[in-house]
Amino acid sequence: MGKFSRIGNDLYNGKRSIDFVGRRTLWYVITGLIVGVALLSVIVKPLHFGIEFTGGTEYRISDLSSAQASQSSADEVRAAVADTGFPEAASPTVTTVNNDALLVQIENLSTEESKTVQEAILAALGDDQLQVSQSDVSASWGQEVAQRAGLGVLVFLIIVVLFIWSYFREWKMSVAAIVALIHDIVITIGVYAASGFPVTPAAVTGLLAILGFSLYDTVVVFDKIRENTAEMSKTRLSYADATNLAVNQTLVRSVNTGIVALIPLGAILFVSAAMLGSSSLKDLALSQFVGMAAGVFSSVFVAPRVLVHMKSGETAVIQADRRAKARARNRAADPYAAVVPEYRENMPVYDEKSGRPEGRR
Amino acid sequence: MAQPKYRPGRNLLAFLLGLGVLFGLVALAGNWKPALGLDLQGGTRITLTAIGNPSASQLDEARQIIDNRVNGSGVNEADVFIQSGRHVVVEIPGESRRDLIDVVQRQARLGMRVIACSDATGGAAATRCSGPGATKEVPTPAGDADKALAWREAPTAEWVAKYNAATCPITGELPEENDDPAKPLVTCQEIEDPTGQKTYAKYLLTAAVVEGSDLNKAEAGQEPNAVDWLVEIRLKDAGAKEFGKVSAALNANNQEQFAIVLDGAPISVPSMQSGSLSRVSSITGNMGQAEATELATSLKYGALPVAFDKETNAETVGPSLAGDQLTAGLIAGGIGLGLVMLFCLVYYRGLGIVVLASLAVAAIATYGMVLLLSETAGFTLTLPGIAGLIIAVGVTADSFIIFFERIRDEMRDGKSMRVAVESGWVRAKRTRIAASVVSLLSAFILYIFATGVVKGFGFALGLSTVIDLAVLFWFTKPLVSWLAHYKFFNGGGRMSGLSTETLGTDLVTAGGKA
Repeated sequence: MGKFSRIGNDLYNGKRSIDFVGRRTLWYVITGLIVGVALLSVIVKPLHFGIEFTGGTEYRISDLSSAQASQSSADEVRAAVADTGFPEAASPTVTTVNNDALLVQIENLSTEESKTVQEAILAALGDDQLQVSQSDVSASWGQEVAQRAGLGVLVFLIIVVLFIWSYFREWKMSVAAIVALIHDIVITIGVYAASGFPVTPAAVTGLLAILGFSLYDTVVVFDKIRENTAEMSKTRLSYADATNLAVNQTLVRSVNTGIVALIPLGAILFVSAAMLGSSSLKDLALSQFVGMAAGVFSSVFVAPRVLVHMKSGETAVIQADRRAKARARNRAADPYAAVVPEYRENMPVYDEKSGRPEGRR
Repeated sequence: MAQPKYRPGRNLLAFLLGLGVLFGLVALAGNWKPALGLDLQGGTRITLTAIGNPSASQLDEARQIIDNRVNGSGVNEADVFIQSGRHVVVEIPGESRRDLIDVVQRQARLGMRVIACSDATGGAAATRCSGPGATKEVPTPAGDADKALAWREAPTAEWVAKYNAATCPITGELPEENDDPAKPLVTCQEIEDPTGQKTYAKYLLTAAVVEGSDLNKAEAGQEPNAVDWLVEIRLKDAGAKEFGKVSAALNANNQEQFAIVLDGAPISVPSMQSGSLSRVSSITGNMGQAEATELATSLKYGALPVAFDKETNAETVGPSLAGDQLTAGLIAGGIGLGLVMLFCLVYYRGLGIVVLASLAVAAIATYGMVLLLSETAGFTLTLPGIAGLIIAVGVTADSFIIFFERIRDEMRDGKSMRVAVESGWVRAKRTRIAASVVSLLSAFILYIFATGVVKGFGFALGLSTVIDLAVLFWFTKPLVSWLAHYKFFNGGGRMSGLSTETLGTDLVTAGGKA
């Protein structure tokens, strides 16, 4: 632990720092590749929408005994239908009705496949003489819901852009935050497409929640950037260096928050994927897990990088950069000029051999 | 500093007191289990069957309106879909939600009509229909005040005859034109006097001047200085213009009455007290809060484009998720929480206890709020909702991480712990509020724009963000300030989480407390 926290201190005072902002091309290429792969996977393997979006078929099995219409037999039917292996039947909804019937809802199947599913249902109930009636059901998540969700996202983005702008007094921070957000969303959708998980309302919910988290995380990092760059002339750092220092200083927080947020999600994802078949829990946990991980990543690698890129043309920033460069040049020319220590009372005296403070401890 | 002395102990006490009040309220409501959603506890499945042969787009419109109605008030998280091209199926969490059938099925055709004939009021309206009536048919399109006022002066013979033939109460099948806002209407109003005696007033009304589609807004509210509930309605421009003409004409004529008609029956016959009534008006009556809210919701979400069979089929459905899912989810959440706590304890050592206490307090507060909102706002906990709350653990923990990292940073700058706590707090507070505003915005917008599950999730997200802020401000911060008085923490001991070793500094702080 001691060693790790030493890193924390070094990151804070800038003794050690990871160059997140400096190598523009490298980071752009890496993030560009990730986003590209995500986009490609959506094109190659389109998203698989669930019954809530596409509509489907409802099977009603009536006149059951109370044992057949119980929760446990509903669970058995659910497993049996999922085991038929058709992707459309992978996440059936099975509910009991009034203690004498069962309802099974799955996506639309061909007549042949539908027959297989009905046989599986009857086999699970242990009675092949039962009546199965079949009817179409519409999508409960129609265009209207999508439109409203879309409108909501749009309103949210506008308000957030205005909020970040007014809070930081810097519209470029709004833009950088939105770029990071798009990065997170694209990656999440890409993972969804690649994994073949059905897009359910739970998954959409998870995706929408990422909007908030991604921006939240970026705001925290930007707050430190603003603090470091508020008095650029005093710190004598270039804008890029001050930003990089800020990212390094918040790195411990970013890592810790990432760990703390991802542990419960990982547990849910693992348990639901390993122990349960299909479940809305799994869908939600996947979109949240990927989205949160991407959110932490982008708040470190993408948002500050884009911000520095956008700011690089500003006069104040250019001047600060020039000052920082001149300072570095002077230091190189006159090595003694830079090391004029500032003396304070009670300043520890370092032992020259060990590098440790003398006296106390 | 001229500020009064900061007393963390008082803040802590006040917060715990608030928590006590919350649970007092829950105890009053007497329900210690949260209401669960459709996926976890099942609910009521209402099947409406359309009459006739409605088109797919009409059915879909009806589906949307019904969706808005059941999800419009509170957080019901109902599912609405169309079955086999002629049924609309509504699934609502909770077995005993048959009370919602009415809301679902209600036509809610609102019309404000002018009275042509009446046996209740004196004056022109009472005498006008004694004659044979006008022979010339004057067309009365709905929504035209001038024509309605003209028709009122000279109702056609056909309608006068209908009026004279009718006896109150009208029994049996209601005539078709009861639902048509473009036609005049013969109808009865039931009046109950204080002794419980029922009398009836008979009316011949003109075509509707203002219809439900002219409404901009309908809201339940309470009359000032009265206990009665009313529904306040705001009209759109076109409707307000027509209604303004009627109000001017009726007010000039001895403050005459007009009728507010819902689904063919007058629900209110107010007299015109002002000549300039146009935009805002209200429907009153002996309504309670529930009735007023229900009416407002129905009005707001308009009339259904499809007529449905009066016979509705309501069934009880079981949970749509397997029983083991909730258990598995809770176990997973528990394991996740345990690991988070372990991590915090290892990493933050002594301060980790603060994290544990804060998380526990946040969990208790959240549970209390969920219970309270289940009771008052119809909030139901679905599996996504539970996952949302578990996810919130991470975000909640982040507020401590920001705070603690700030304290450490301040200490790295050479401040003593007691100073670092206060100066770190000032900075952490700003960051945290800004970040929380973003979270709240997203939760709020999810709640406003989405329906069903997403609405509930947005609600859970917003709730946990607010609770997180409350816990951070009124519990975590005072607790840390209070603990900073103790040697264990400010002494820089190994287990405090703030020793020079854990900070990674070798700097001896000014003032000698190392």
